[in-house]
Amino acid sequence: MLHLDYSFLTWPVIQSFVAKGLIFSVQLTLVATIGGIILGTLLAMMRLSGKPWLAVPAAAYVDTLRSIPLLMVILWFFLLIPKLLGPLGGQTSAFITFTLFEATYFSEIMRAGIQSVSRGQVNAGYAMGMTYSQTMKLVVLPQAFRNMLPVLLTQTVILFQDTSLVYAVGEYDLLKGFEVAGKNFNRPVETYLVVAVVYFVICYSLSYLVRQLQKKIAIIR
Amino acid sequence: MSWDWQFYCNDTATGEAVAGCFGPGGKEQTYLQWMLHAWGWTLSVSLLALLLALVVGSLIGIIRTAPNKWLARFGEAWTELFRNIPLLVQVFLWYHVIPSLFPVLREALSSTVLIVFALGFFTSARIGEQVKAGINTLPRGQRYAGLAVGMTLPQTYRFVLLPMAFRIVIPPLTSESMNIVKNSAVAFAVSIPELLQFALQASEETSHFEEIFIPVTLLYFVSAFAINRVAKFVEAQVRIPGTSGAK
Repeated sequence: MLHLDYSFLTWPVIQSFVAKGLIFSVQLTLVATIGGIILGTLLAMMRLSGKPWLAVPAAAYVDTLRSIPLLMVILWFFLLIPKLLGPLGGQTSAFITFTLFEATYFSEIMRAGIQSVSRGQVNAGYAMGMTYSQTMKLVVLPQAFRNMLPVLLTQTVILFQDTSLVYAVGEYDLLKGFEVAGKNFNRPVETYLVVAVVYFVICYSLSYLVRQLQKKIAIIR
Repeated sequence: MSWDWQFYCNDTATGEAVAGCFGPGGKEQTYLQWMLHAWGWTLSVSLLALLLALVVGSLIGIIRTAPNKWLARFGEAWTELFRNIPLLVQVFLWYHVIPSLFPVLREALSSTVLIVFALGFFTSARIGEQVKAGINTLPRGQRYAGLAVGMTLPQTYRFVLLPMAFRIVIPPLTSESMNIVKNSAVAFAVSIPELLQFALQASEETSHFEEIFIPVTLLYFVSAFAINRVAKFVEAQVRIPGTSGAK
């Protein structure tokens, strides 16, 4: 059995190596969640619009990105973004990539959410003299968000785990932060164990909160 | 932009063109052969991991619905453990941590086996969740009916619950199976010679990024789609007319 020594993980080490990575991972998760939900909702509305010139491109975009490994998507975007938009730096590229990719997953959730709102609600909106956009904004989307909130948040937990894949393009995230610390002190085994525990604690607590929220929403409805 | 596909026929060591694009003896001598070889790695790792994930995931799903509280708790703990750690971190755990903690395994297990375990156990948690949900959608009466006609609990599972539950969960299992192919790309991080590893190394050697990443992306797409077709075929074959499992 190997002797494990965690003494190198002092507060200054965590501050100088890990904190920066954690901040980026959290930032990336927040940006991609907010951006992804907005873009995903638009994509879902395009797919459900019944107009082929809106629905077909949206479906093609969602289905294509969903059938490619996220790692491939990251590498493609890190190649294409500098060519199309000029040099933006790794962090901005990561924000754009994850927003565009996660939007496809959020769009499928929002599509289910919008479809979960009964047809009568839409008709009621029209009967009141509302336009399509008013019906969506005031009647359908608030209910869709509410119905899908637990699923959206679960997807956010998955998204937080997915951010570790920026490893492939060398961005400095939570995983990388620990890895650099572990390499400096030549303690890779302990580091990977600690990384796993940290991710587990964060993701487990978040999914626990989501389950509590789900129970709460289920009672009200 | 101008694309150049000629390099696929070049020797990976010397960079010179090989006649007919395939070197002698079936070795991976040209870039084309290297890519096909890498595709083989992706497919074998994915299929082995899928097999492991289906077996372990089914067991976990079953024990989570079992009356024994401790078995059910073990199933829950398993699911939470493998669901809440990013796959990449799990790959590093299997590859770097487990062989160091148990030196016996260092000799016994190749890196391929470790990556199959990583991918298989990661997916088993998700499949277990689906199988559990599938069993729970069946009316309680089915379980009681099985027990009432004198079957033991394992017999009830074998002959009454599982045949229906598995049919119900085929669609979500299909998408998990496609996810395995996509997720197998993380194996590049521990230098398994699979598609993404090929793409990164070959594009560095040749500087033909698009010409390498387009076919590789398509190969991932085709592999996942092939699994989708096989699963749809199985779904159609085992469909029971007039049940909730059938369309």
